[in-house]
Amino acid sequence: MELIQQLVNGISLGSIYALIALGYTMVYGIVKLINFAHGDVFMVGSFVGFYAITVMDLSFISALLISMFTCAIFGVLIERIAYKPLRNATRIAALITAIGVSLLIENGLIYIRGAQPEAYPNNVLPMDKLDIFGVSISSQSILILSVSIILMIILQFVVHKTKIGKAMRAVSFDSEAAKLMGINVNNTISATFAIGSALAGAAGVIFGIYYIKIEPLMGVLPGLKAFVAAVLGGIGIIPGAMVGGLLLGVIEALVSAAGYSLWRDGVAFIVLILILIFLPQGLFGKNKREKV
Amino acid sequence: MLKIEDINVYYGNIQALKGVSMEINKGEIVTLIGANGAGKSTLLKTISGLLKPKQGKVLFEGDPIGGKAAQSIVKMGISHVPEGRRVFANMTVAENLELGAYLRKDKEGIKKDMGKVYELFPRLLERIKQQAGTLSGGEQQMLAMGRALMAKPRLLLLDEPSMGLAPLLVKQIFNIIQEISEIGTTILLVEQNANLALSIADRAYVVETGRIVLSGKAEDLTSSEEIKMAYLGGH
Ligand SMILES: Nc1ncnc2c1ncn2[C@@H]1O[C@H](COP(=O)(O)OP(=O)(O)OP(=O)(O)O)[C@@H](O)[C@H]1O
Ligand SMILES: [Mg+2]
Repeated sequence: MELIQQLVNGISLGSIYALIALGYTMVYGIVKLINFAHGDVFMVGSFVGFYAITVMDLSFISALLISMFTCAIFGVLIERIAYKPLRNATRIAALITAIGVSLLIENGLIYIRGAQPEAYPNNVLPMDKLDIFGVSISSQSILILSVSIILMIILQFVVHKTKIGKAMRAVSFDSEAAKLMGINVNNTISATFAIGSALAGAAGVIFGIYYIKIEPLMGVLPGLKAFVAAVLGGIGIIPGAMVGGLLLGVIEALVSAAGYSLWRDGVAFIVLILILIFLPQGLFGKNKREKV
Repeated sequence: MLKIEDINVYYGNIQALKGVSMEINKGEIVTLIGANGAGKSTLLKTISGLLKPKQGKVLFEGDPIGGKAAQSIVKMGISHVPEGRRVFANMTVAENLELGAYLRKDKEGIKKDMGKVYELFPRLLERIKQQAGTLSGGEQQMLAMGRALMAKPRLLLLDEPSMGLAPLLVKQIFNIIQEISEIGTTILLVEQNANLALSIADRAYVVETGRIVLSGKAEDLTSSEEIKMAYLGGH
């Protein structure tokens, strides 16, 4: 029973990784950039949610939506200001810029509000314990998991059924051909950043509610782990990021359950190394896409 | 319909087109022939807005389009079927065609035109749900052409539609090009297969290392000694 509870924890944590990993993977898919500032967008989302709940006294859903909206705009600003001028630059230049943006956001926030942590109030979501076949699961975990799943379903719908989603897939496959269809590549890239960042913002609020403590450097580790999750699933592949995130969360929970909780953070990077050695294209990746 | 005046186009420091001028009249099939690396694809990309001319003018129905964004040029009525087809391999045939109509809002019209594309290319109809990447080369060419037609172009740019196809299929594709022309679409056709291109074209331009070296009526060029020697395989 202990194990099942750990699994539920793992899935909840994994759904947070998955939401962040989606942004990494979508952005990589379309501009081939590992956006290292993405973990910081998650952090900003967490703070926006915190202020929405404590200062503006809003409900969970309103805070979630405000955080997603703010992060969407923030993500687009980052893209337009920092990355767009480098679109034709070398990959390493863009990567270094991404790390620079990450440091700027972290230290910018520390400059504005200080480095002290905050605590999410613990009454945002009902805290009942549900008894399911003898396993006690908090209603909070279930709500969090449901929100993540709903967001992922909406994302799938957007990517596959809407015009902007089709444009995103076209641009990430072949941006020049997409231009010939009349697709505005710049706007499509911005939309991708907006959607990815909104998901990170949602993850930030969920994280705050689940783990209570938030601080300006909180995005670093989940950001890196979500990156591992994206690579695990196959970078650039949306369902891969979802599965990779959930899997990584479960692996961490199982490692904890086995009594190696000190190894919890390290295990993500062991996974990364193993994946890069044995399955560099990731679980869902095909062996190099063919372009004839 | 399209008028190009003395354009220079560069890739970085390399000049790919040197003072190229040409003209296409409404309803014509004009072909552009020339050896590998002559600059044919570069010229098409400049017309469709993927490249910007450094000097010179590109006029489409009197409006300057040189340097405009590709999406506005599509909107004005020029569609480009690029070299190598460039279909969206990870999407189905139907999705590729829908993307061709990306800028259109007339749902009814789109549906009707999709029907027309399937009439023109029945092979695509049988494969609506198939991933474009799993189509044969010929089918991909048909899809690329169908996709371009979905934008309802008045001028269609075709870059080497026969590339890598078996002779029978090439013939089929060329018949379809003629059909497209007959329904009123003006065509600029780039081809390595000069014989075939000249056989369906009204006029032709010959490109050599970034310059137009010869132009004229297709039938005159077919019988010209110079062309025979250089492009039609001998005497
Ligand atoms: N992206 C690029 N960067 C630099 N040079 C390029 C680029 N694309 C083409 N070129 C150069 O421009 C010249 C013209 O190329 P272009 O592709 O227009 O030739 P082409 O006539 O279409 O040849 P082919 O029949 O082989 O398709 C060539 O010398 C080519 O090397
Ligand atoms: Mg070419």
